Amino acid sequence: MLTTILVASVLLGGAYALMAMGLTLQYGVARIMNLASGETLMGAAFGSFCLFTALQIGPLLSLVLIVPLAFAINWAIYRWLLSPLVRRAKNQGMLEVDSILATFGLLFVIEGAMLAGFGGNYYSYSFLAQPVTLLGHSFGLNRVVAFGVAALVALGLYFGLNRTRYGTAIRAVAVDPVAAGLVAIDVPRAAAFAFALGSALTACGGSLLSMFLTFNASMGVVFTMKALIIVIMGGVGDPRGAVIAAFLLALVETLVAALVDPGLTLAATYLLFVLTLLFRPQGLMGRRA
Amino acid sequence: MSDTAILSISGLSKAFGGLLAVNQISFDVHQGEIVGLLGPNGSGKTTLLNMVSGALPPTQGRVRLRGRELTGLPPHQIARAGVSRSFQLVRVLPSLTALENVMVGAVFGPDAVWGAEAEAIARALLERVGLSGRERQRPEAMTYIDQKRIELARALAADPQVLLLDEWLAGLNPTELQTGIALIESLHAEGRSILMVEHVMDAIRSLCDRCVVMNAGAKLAEGTPEQVLSNHDVIAAYLGDENA
Amino acid sequence: MIFPMQRREVIAVAASMAALALLAGLPLADDGFWLALAITIASYVAMATAWALFSGPTNYVSLATAAFFGSGAYVVSALAETAPWPVVLVAAAVVGALLALATGLATLRLSGMYFVIFSFGLAELIRQLVTYYQTQFTGSVGRYIFVTISAAEIYWQLLGLCAIGLFAGWAINRSRLGFALRVIGDDETVAAHSGIDTARAKVLLFSISGALIALVGAVMAPRFTYIEPQIAYNPMVSFQVVIMALLGGAKRLWGPLVGVIPFVLLYEWIAGRFPNHTHLLLGLVFLLVVYFVPQGVSGWLEKAWRKLQGKSA
Repeated sequence: MLTTILVASVLLGGAYALMAMGLTLQYGVARIMNLASGETLMGAAFGSFCLFTALQIGPLLSLVLIVPLAFAINWAIYRWLLSPLVRRAKNQGMLEVDSILATFGLLFVIEGAMLAGFGGNYYSYSFLAQPVTLLGHSFGLNRVVAFGVAALVALGLYFGLNRTRYGTAIRAVAVDPVAAGLVAIDVPRAAAFAFALGSALTACGGSLLSMFLTFNASMGVVFTMKALIIVIMGGVGDPRGAVIAAFLLALVETLVAALVDPGLTLAATYLLFVLTLLFRPQGLMGRRA
Repeated sequence: MSDTAILSISGLSKAFGGLLAVNQISFDVHQGEIVGLLGPNGSGKTTLLNMVSGALPPTQGRVRLRGRELTGLPPHQIARAGVSRSFQLVRVLPSLTALENVMVGAVFGPDAVWGAEAEAIARALLERVGLSGRERQRPEAMTYIDQKRIELARALAADPQVLLLDEWLAGLNPTELQTGIALIESLHAEGRSILMVEHVMDAIRSLCDRCVVMNAGAKLAEGTPEQVLSNHDVIAAYLGDENA
Repeated sequence: MIFPMQRREVIAVAASMAALALLAGLPLADDGFWLALAITIASYVAMATAWALFSGPTNYVSLATAAFFGSGAYVVSALAETAPWPVVLVAAAVVGALLALATGLATLRLSGMYFVIFSFGLAELIRQLVTYYQTQFTGSVGRYIFVTISAAEIYWQLLGLCAIGLFAGWAINRSRLGFALRVIGDDETVAAHSGIDTARAKVLLFSISGALIALVGAVMAPRFTYIEPQIAYNPMVSFQVVIMALLGGAKRLWGPLVGVIPFVLLYEWIAGRFPNHTHLLLGLVFLLVVYFVPQGVSGWLEKAWRKLQGKSA
């Protein structure tokens, strides 16, 4: 029982980690708290669903299409929709309020588009649904594959941020945008890149989740909530913290779903949130100011 | 230590992770005294001030106001106990008028006055800092020194027992500086107790009764301005060893 | 800021009383379409005013309106058959205030971001909890509400709540609490260092706002007849209240009032004309408001009025 829960939560945590890393990049570098993150996730899930059912393109292949598309769309969103807010904001507080409102509006636009296209019904499709045995228990192959892809992407991101020149520039913007500008880093471009990359990671998570999850157009909020709480738990702007917190959240959620009731997963999320707020508001990896 | 100490700081330390920003600082501020807090950039002066005003909780040590324990209290309780401050980068309230800005100090300070009384206090203080007739202006439209005046008036409106000034004279031009020094001198004359972080040497020489010099978080020297400014270690800290 | 009532204020109070009396007469003229529309408008005016009471001065965007509204409605479904109506209303207000208190105590000591995030998922959280409770302990998710209350009575009670909200806003603006909130909205660090207990002020005001919104939910509950978590905790309520308050301008007491009426009319038109695209179109309207009317209609009107006065003077 316990091993099943542990393995299942690790498998689920992979996709959560991608989404949380995406969000933490967006908030840490582009300084935008993206409340439409869950809708990006659901959008990618629907994208994979359509490509699979209409054109028989598997979700692993469709990643190649969906992830760059999400990157491009969100680059445009940042450039046309969000950077005017960055320019108009007199201070960080104003930008926070404005970006919350703008992405909150965006949430309803994307959700509305999905509702118009798919209605409120639940969707799922069957891909790599055969069982595999891990540690003596059987799991869906799709979950295992999704985890593997998520792990690869996360590793790629880690190396990209820590071992490349542009990755270093992005981390510099996260630490101090003004100082980064002084050493000839194009800060607006880095912010746009980080925002687009964040959404691309989220979309990747969405396509992977769609392989084994039943979803509908209105589920975005719940996922945004999970990602936000993972980010806060891990320490804002820290991708390593986001990974640890993602697995922790997946574990608590799987435990609650298995032992109490599957309908209470968001309650489990909030429980973690409240504990974090009460005992470690700076996050697991964050330093106390 | 002595009976006349208004503000007593003992063994105060602050660690950020592994970095010891303030290390075992102790000194007193006595009634009616202006104490200057000096030191090179990054020596921990503002951190020390932040611990006194409650913006940061100390890692170790104590802060007392007339024997009353302030250590670890939140800023609003410290303010109500009678400690007011200005900020290194001037902080005025943009959506409030000049008068309302100053009233904030009186309304939420130790005396908690309200209504016409708070307005009268604020009016008198605006006049005192040289801003009479501009009560209804918004500070956003004002010059840097005028914003600093508002901030000072706001701090004074609480009628504090100790006033903390964080580089209040920084960034002023020579004429403004003379005005600023005269203003603080007038506070001295009416017997206010002030702890001020300052870099402007003229101001330190003419205003401070006593100075505490910090370097790398630790107390380097304490004494009259002449004593500390001629101190070998102090010169070394500011200018490097070969100049000392 | 001047403390005794000014002549202008006396006129404003008298005019509001007269307007209220006039509006209260509406059910006598019509009890069909117009009354239904007036009920919708009155309920949103009350909620948007209550929302702006807290979020306007502090700049803390609350996305949790549906959580308070739904909880108020659920109090009715739980108590209406056993308790007299006034008791039900008091219970709804208490539940709303407690929910706000819990949210506030968890988040309002910290930066605004935590508050926004907490409020963002709150309605969904409570929806899950209520669903769980009902499936576990009552066996059915939905409930019928049997309260004998006429549409006119609902309308009058909503008008009463609007009046209470506006009066509370006016009274708070004149009080130390209101002054403290304006300081907090400008600069929390200065507020704390001037002696304001910022967390206490915010929690207190958020509780007042939460209680009012829960009351609107309670009064509106009999309109639903049948209530289930999906309906009571509809995220659209949170969304619409934010939009209306912003459209009108959350910084002024009468701002939300100005925002609600055009928006409700627009909503009715969109919902009637494009039933499958309401979400999408409202999202677009929301973005338009955020980008092009950042000060709200009331800010815009005030500017125009000042210009006009400047010209005539």
